[in-house]
Amino acid sequence: MTAVTTDPRQTSARGTAVVGGSDPRIDVHAKATGQTMYADDIHLPRMLVGRLLRSPYRHAKILRVDVTQAAALPGVHGILTGRDLPIRYGIMPVAQDEHALALHKVRYHGEPVAAVAAINEEVAEQALRLIEVEYEELAPVSSIEDAMKPGLPLIDGEGLGRQVNRRATLEFGDVAGGFERADRSYEDLFFFEGNTHLPMEEHAAVAQWEPEPRGRVTIWSSTQVPHYLHRALARVLELPPGRIRVVAAPVGGGFGGKSDPFSHEVCAARLAMITGRPVKFTLTREEVFYAHRGRHPVLMRVRTGFKEDGTLTAMTFRNMLDGGAFGSYGPASTFYTGALQAVTYDVPAYKFEAVRVLTNKPPCGPKRGHGTPQPRFALECHLDKVATDLGIDPIDLRLRNLIEPFSRTINYMRVTTCGLRECIELVETASGWRGKHGKLPYGRGVGFAVSGYMCGAGLPINRSDSSQSEVQIKVDRGGGVTVYSMATDIGQGSDNMLVTFVAEVLGLRPRDIALIASDTDLTPIDLGSYSSRVTFMAGNAAVQAAQRMRDKIFAAVSADLGVPSEELVARDGRIFDGDDPSVGMDWRAAVQTASVREPPLVTAGSYKAPKLAGPYVGSGVGPSPAYSYTAAIVELECDPETGVVDVDRVWIGHDLGKAVNRVAAEGQIVGSVYMALGEALFEEQVFRRGYLKNPSILEYRSPTFLEMPEVETFLVETDDPEGPFGAKEAGQGALLPVIPAVANAIYDAVGVRVDETPISPDKVLEGLRQQEQGNEPRVGPKKMPDFDYGEPVKVDPPGGRWVAP
Amino acid sequence: MRKELVELKINGEAYELAIVPTHTLLEVLREDAVLTGTKHGCEQGECGLCTVLVDGSPQFSCLMLAVEAQGSAIRTVEGLARGGELHPLQQAFAEKGASQCGYCSPGMLVSAQALLERNPAPTRSEIREALAGNLCRCTGYLAILDAVELAAARLRSAA
Repeated sequence: MTAVTTDPRQTSARGTAVVGGSDPRIDVHAKATGQTMYADDIHLPRMLVGRLLRSPYRHAKILRVDVTQAAALPGVHGILTGRDLPIRYGIMPVAQDEHALALHKVRYHGEPVAAVAAINEEVAEQALRLIEVEYEELAPVSSIEDAMKPGLPLIDGEGLGRQVNRRATLEFGDVAGGFERADRSYEDLFFFEGNTHLPMEEHAAVAQWEPEPRGRVTIWSSTQVPHYLHRALARVLELPPGRIRVVAAPVGGGFGGKSDPFSHEVCAARLAMITGRPVKFTLTREEVFYAHRGRHPVLMRVRTGFKEDGTLTAMTFRNMLDGGAFGSYGPASTFYTGALQAVTYDVPAYKFEAVRVLTNKPPCGPKRGHGTPQPRFALECHLDKVATDLGIDPIDLRLRNLIEPFSRTINYMRVTTCGLRECIELVETASGWRGKHGKLPYGRGVGFAVSGYMCGAGLPINRSDSSQSEVQIKVDRGGGVTVYSMATDIGQGSDNMLVTFVAEVLGLRPRDIALIASDTDLTPIDLGSYSSRVTFMAGNAAVQAAQRMRDKIFAAVSADLGVPSEELVARDGRIFDGDDPSVGMDWRAAVQTASVREPPLVTAGSYKAPKLAGPYVGSGVGPSPAYSYTAAIVELECDPETGVVDVDRVWIGHDLGKAVNRVAAEGQIVGSVYMALGEALFEEQVFRRGYLKNPSILEYRSPTFLEMPEVETFLVETDDPEGPFGAKEAGQGALLPVIPAVANAIYDAVGVRVDETPISPDKVLEGLRQQEQGNEPRVGPKKMPDFDYGEPVKVDPPGGRWVAP
Repeated sequence: MRKELVELKINGEAYELAIVPTHTLLEVLREDAVLTGTKHGCEQGECGLCTVLVDGSPQFSCLMLAVEAQGSAIRTVEGLARGGELHPLQQAFAEKGASQCGYCSPGMLVSAQALLERNPAPTRSEIREALAGNLCRCTGYLAILDAVELAAARLRSAA
């Protein structure tokens, strides 16, 4: 892996001491010795085992549930059915449509219907078999096409009808005029298949009840969002939030799949309350596939207008999302499929229509990139075709239309730093693109794509003017520093990020800083690990808290030494005069004097994004205090005999603002490349008549060591003015361009367009067959179901460019 | 089901345990011996998370009954470090960023250990081959390859 730094200040005298370094993350030694306690590793005295009974039907009314026999089984301590938890919940205020256990009907095969707590797994399983449930099957809705039929029973409601869950129709600027100005217009259809997170850790939760009069529930869970779980539990259990403690255990892989409140979490808490004993639920691998909340299948139509010279004049997107059985993050996902197209290109006129439908399948939600990889796949493949038609190199076509740094998009996204041009130049040069594209022997090809992604959703899920992240710091008399934050490490390295920032400001080493993370009793608010928000938001809060602590220490040291505070420096475990480093004291002595002069040695910082939303409904999705940018080139071999694609190498440049830790940042980027390659080539949920056909790791094929190519990573540092030490994000954005780059490389290799994911060998072969027969060498959707998206809400474009303060 | 008394040799230590004879080695390691370092990810032999070494060879502990492991030397991630000193593989995993969420690390580490014991100088493609049964969703595998190469080099120069 190669790293390129464009920020010259890194090595300057005013550069950072630990930010931008490559020290091992603070959490890795415990992980490499088996010491880290994940939720499933927790074992409490008298703990019961919880199990869920799941629906064998895709769509059915529940006529009767009888638990008499199960309850009589020795060793069974508690049973719950839908009636015991009748309050609906959901991650978004506008989508409170879930029950912890199905109440009147089941909406998908695998939906939880009852829960048991027993002395061990065997008894719990036996009890599940003794629960009698009588169902009346309803006609299932298995696809977007089904959902558009007027004659099937409504999944969310009574009677028959189309399964419309959400819709959006927005128009920015003069779209018709844009197409009139175009020399050429283009239209393509794409389909992005649903796929899932497949975290290595199966979801787990342990709950404990402290009896009345305190009456408190504690839950340790593999959740990315302790705050939202806290809210959901308070609602469903009807307890004051102050009597619920949520602890996010170290998460064994999230990728968005542990961002909703789940049935097993609610049931663990309720069963602990009923039985008076701790209860643990750990999902089986098959159950993880039903809990899902992964990538929405999306059918897309993209239209663009271009001048002969490659200038974009207008763009429209029309998207249909298959949401599965519940709302989940769906309202946001719907808007995300249209929100970020314009953060990479200067789009002068833009129309976006979308509808999300419900189907009788495991609910979809956010997976790495949340709602944006699908349209990015469509857009970047589309542009590759446009470039071919216009006879312009695909890279030149992008460069001609690139967004400018510090500008506002047609749909009101405020762009600050943008290193996309540098990203493109780096991968173009390193890959030898100009000597390869269109020039490699048949069967070998290169493909290119770019993308942009958020650094935190600008608006919180529960709209409010409160801060989005708060961090506290406490310094003890011995000099020990403890940081308190609800930010949740899901493997992305947020723990290390927090202590690195604090160590930088206080002149210490990350390893010297203790951290208490993600505990609603002990730590101040952070909204959770989603939308790539943690480095930007919790990071800024941590920097502020640390600066306030440093101010206290400096004030005390200044008084002691007679050196003005402004001239003091904290570095290498000392506080000293910047002009004369021999005048100073070590950290511990500084803390001792500060504990006398500046008590208490406790500080806090907070972060709230600036107001970023545009003047239209739906503008809450997409705005972010900054955007990361990525460019990728993929080189691969495509065997025309078998259709098998073998990726040789990936070059990826990512503008992350500033690397907080270079090894960790590159790890996020390579991990994103890996996940993208899986989605591009293998990963898909396969349903047969609404039943998931591949709910196991073997059948849900993901890349192994053998398929993963070497990756050349370039870190582009643009030093964002609002990011902590200039940092943006590195966890999600780099996934986006890799998927279309694979598709474009396959076209370069064999001349076949596969306009849907995953690009499996059968699709490549089908494309080659079409080519041989003289037809359009393309595989992909041929039409979209009809749907009335309604009159668009017309939004006037923002007046003028935004200029950085 | 009645429990049976078994003696297992885990990380050089003798464990006398009363276990359910139908329980897998994975269940017994985690629940009876309370060695929770070894993880489970599927219990069907598909993910490699639960890999332990049985007489030096990597085995999916979810596919083996604990009673079958009697008389064998079992090694888990907890047995890698010597006292407070990390094994070169653990050190290299930390330095190269080979653990992100860390859930696959215990199985990955012992698989790599078995490889290096059998082949102290593996090529990159031999490492890929040897570890292909261990899945990881975070790292994209390359940092793990780097770490195993680094540890192998350090072990060779120390030998």
